[in-house]
Amino acid sequence: MKKFNKIMSVVMASAVTAALFAGCGNADEKTPAADSSSEANNAEQETEAADDTASASGVFKIGGIGPTTGSAAVYGIAVQNAAQLAVDEINAAGGINGVPIEFKFEDDECDAEKSVNAYNTLKDWGMQMLMGTVTSGCSVAVAEKTAEDNMFQLTPSGSSVDCVKYDNAFRVCFSDPNQGAASALYIGENAVASKIAVIYDSSDIYSSGIYEKFVTEAANQPFEIVSAEAFTADNKTDFSVQLQKAKDAGAELVFLPIYYTEASLILSQASTMGYAPIFFGCDGLDGILNVENFDTSLAEGVMLLTPFAADAEDELTQNFVTAYKEKFGDTPNQFAADAYDAIYAIKAAGEKAGITPDMDMSAMCEAMKGAMPEITLDGLTGIGMTWDASGEPNKAPKAVKITDGVYTAM
Amino acid sequence: MKKMKMTKTAKNNLITYIMVFLAYIAVQILLATGNISSLMKGLLVPLCIYVMLAVSLNLTVGILGELSLGHAGFMCVGAFSSAFFSKCMDGAMPDGVRFLLALLIGAAAAGFFGILIGIPVLRLKGDYLAIVTLAFGEIIKNLVNVLYIGKDKNGFHFSMKDSISLHLEEEGQVIVNGAQGITGTPHDATFTIGIILIFISLIIILNLINSRDGRAIMSIRDNRIAAESIGINITKYKLMAFSISASIAGAAGVLYAHNLSTLTALPKNFGYNMSIMILVFVVLGGIGNIRGSIIAAIILTLLPELLRGLSDYRMLIYAIVLIAMMLFNWSPKAVAWKERLKERYFPKRLRKEKEVK
Repeated sequence: MKKFNKIMSVVMASAVTAALFAGCGNADEKTPAADSSSEANNAEQETEAADDTASASGVFKIGGIGPTTGSAAVYGIAVQNAAQLAVDEINAAGGINGVPIEFKFEDDECDAEKSVNAYNTLKDWGMQMLMGTVTSGCSVAVAEKTAEDNMFQLTPSGSSVDCVKYDNAFRVCFSDPNQGAASALYIGENAVASKIAVIYDSSDIYSSGIYEKFVTEAANQPFEIVSAEAFTADNKTDFSVQLQKAKDAGAELVFLPIYYTEASLILSQASTMGYAPIFFGCDGLDGILNVENFDTSLAEGVMLLTPFAADAEDELTQNFVTAYKEKFGDTPNQFAADAYDAIYAIKAAGEKAGITPDMDMSAMCEAMKGAMPEITLDGLTGIGMTWDASGEPNKAPKAVKITDGVYTAM
Repeated sequence: MKKMKMTKTAKNNLITYIMVFLAYIAVQILLATGNISSLMKGLLVPLCIYVMLAVSLNLTVGILGELSLGHAGFMCVGAFSSAFFSKCMDGAMPDGVRFLLALLIGAAAAGFFGILIGIPVLRLKGDYLAIVTLAFGEIIKNLVNVLYIGKDKNGFHFSMKDSISLHLEEEGQVIVNGAQGITGTPHDATFTIGIILIFISLIIILNLINSRDGRAIMSIRDNRIAAESIGINITKYKLMAFSISASIAGAAGVLYAHNLSTLTALPKNFGYNMSIMILVFVVLGGIGNIRGSIIAAIILTLLPELLRGLSDYRMLIYAIVLIAMMLFNWSPKAVAWKERLKERYFPKRLRKEKEVK
C-alpha cells in the first residue's frame, strides 16, 4: 500500500505539473482539425512562427470561439471544421494579400463566462480578428469585450439582435427577428395556409426570438395564428399535447422555429396521431434528413427557409460539401456554411482594406469596419451577400421543400 | 510590557486574511507592471465570485452540517434581482451608489429566499434540506426562463407567456426577456470590489464561527440532542447560518451579473451542475475549513483554463486531476503517508506538538 501511495503521488504530481506546462507554452499548438492541413503549409507557418512576435511574423492570426464540448458541441465543431477548411483553402491559394492565415479555435462550453475566458486566451495568443462566437448568448458577452478592445468581430451564427450592437461586430447569419418576419412574409405572400399553429422552445433564445417576430409580423398578413404552444429544454421528448392542440384548432400549417432534433420527434409523433399539416421551419431544421433512425419519408413536404442546403446543385456548395466530407467524414450543416462564408468575408474585406499583419488590432479593426459594407460575397449561404455598417447581412433567404428525401428549391 | 497573546483560532484567521491580502497585492503589482496575461485579467473577477460562493457554502455544509444542493439558485436570485435593479436605474443615480444598492438588493433577495426555504425545512431532521434546495435551484432557473418584465411610461408590465403579451408602449423597454435573460447590465464589477466583498464575507463568517452563536451552530452539527437539551433554539440558529450563507451567495451573484453584459439562466451557470461544482470546492478544500475553500476554489477555477492547451482532452484531464486531488487530500492512507513524511522531515515540530497535547 505504501508503494501504491508513492506511485500515485508521483503520477498526480506529474499530472499537475504537466497541466501547468500545457497551460503555459501552448500558444502555437494547432487544433486537431488543423493537423490535417498540408505539410508544406505547416512548415511555412512554423518557420514564420519562429520569427518571434506575433505581428512581425507575417501571418494573420484569426481566432474562433464556440462550444466543442457539451450539449451544443455539434455547432461548435461544425464551425471549427469549416473555418479550418476555408483557412486551408485560402492559404493554399496564397492567403490574404499574399499573407497566410493562422487559425485557432477555443472551446467555450456554450457558457458566456467561459467564452470571455476563451476570448482572453486567444488575445494572449496574439489574435488580430475574431470569427465568433457560435452561440448568441456568448456572442453578446464577447461583443462587449471586443468593443472595449476595438477588435474586429464577425460571428458566423450569433443570431440574437444584441450580437452586433457595436459597430465592430458583424454577422453572417440572419438575425432571429429577420427570420421570423421573413417566414411570416413568405407564408402570407404565397398563401401557403390560412390557419397556423406554432410550436416553439421558450427556453431557447433562437426559437423564442423567431417566434416573437413571427407573431408581430403575422398581424399584417392574411393568415391567423390559431395556437401557439411552447416547450422547454427540460421537457422536449413528448409533443403530443402541443400537436393535439394544433390539430383541434384546425391548423393547416405548423410553424416550427426550432432545431431539427425536436422537429424530427414532432414529425414522427404527428404521423402517429394521423395529423398531416404542412410543416414549415427555419434554418434550424436543416439537418433533419441526417437524424439517426429517422424515417425521412415523414419529412416529405416539409418547407424551410434556409440560406444553405447541403444538397444544392451549385458548384460552390458541391465543392464545399465534398471537401468537408472527405476531411471530417460528416455532412456539413448550416453552421459550417456560415463559418466558411465568414472566413471568406474576412478575406474579401481584408483585401479591400489592404490590411497587413503588422497593423495593430485597433487600426485593423477600423480598416475592416470600413471595408465590410463595401464588399460583395458570393458564398454558400447566399449569392451577392452585402453587409450594412450596422453589421447585418443582406441576402435573400432560400425557401426549400423536401421532396423524395432531398431539398429542392421552390 | 504586557504581551498580547493570540489564540490559535485568531492566528489561523489572521493567516487567512493575510493570504487574501497578499494575493491582492501580488495581483496589483502584476497589473501595474503589465506582467499579467489577458486570460488571468479576465479571470480575476470570476475567481472572487467562486471564492465567495465556496466560503458561503462552507458555512452551511461545514459549520452547520447541512447539505445544500441549490447554492447556484441563491446566486441566480441575487444576480437577477440586482441586474433588474441596475438596468432600471442605470443613469438615474451615480454608478457607485447604484452598484452598492444593487449589491444590497441582491444579497437581501437571496437571504429572503434562504429564510423562506429555511423556515419549514430546517425544522426537520435528516437530509431534507438537500432535497428542497435541489428543487429550489431548478425552480428558480425555470421560473426566470419564463419571466418577462417590461417597462414603459405606464410602469412595469409582467408576463409569463412571451414579450408580446407585455403590451408595451412604443418606447417601452423589455428588461427581463424570458430565456434571453437580461442583456446590457452595466459592467461594474472590478477585482478590487471582489476582494473587498471576499473580505466582508470572511469577516462575517469567521467572526460568526468564533462567536457564541457560532458555537451554538456547531453544537447542533455535532450533537443535535445535546444541543437541544441545553436550551439552544435549533431552528433559529440553523436559519441564521443558512440565510447568511444564502445572502453571501446572492452577493456573489450580483458580482456575476455585473461582470458579464449578458445574464441568462442556463443549466451551465445556475443549474444543478454549478451547485455541485461549488460543493466540490468545499469538499476538496476541507469541510469546515474556510481557508481551504478559498484555495480549492481558486485552483479548480484556474485548472480548466490552464488546461486549454490540451484542447478536447482538458475536461477528461480535469476530472482525473480532481479525483487524484480528492484521494491525496482525504484517503486515510494518503493522510497516514503525509504524517510519516512529516515525521521524517520535520521531527522537531511534531514532537513539540505532541508535548502540547
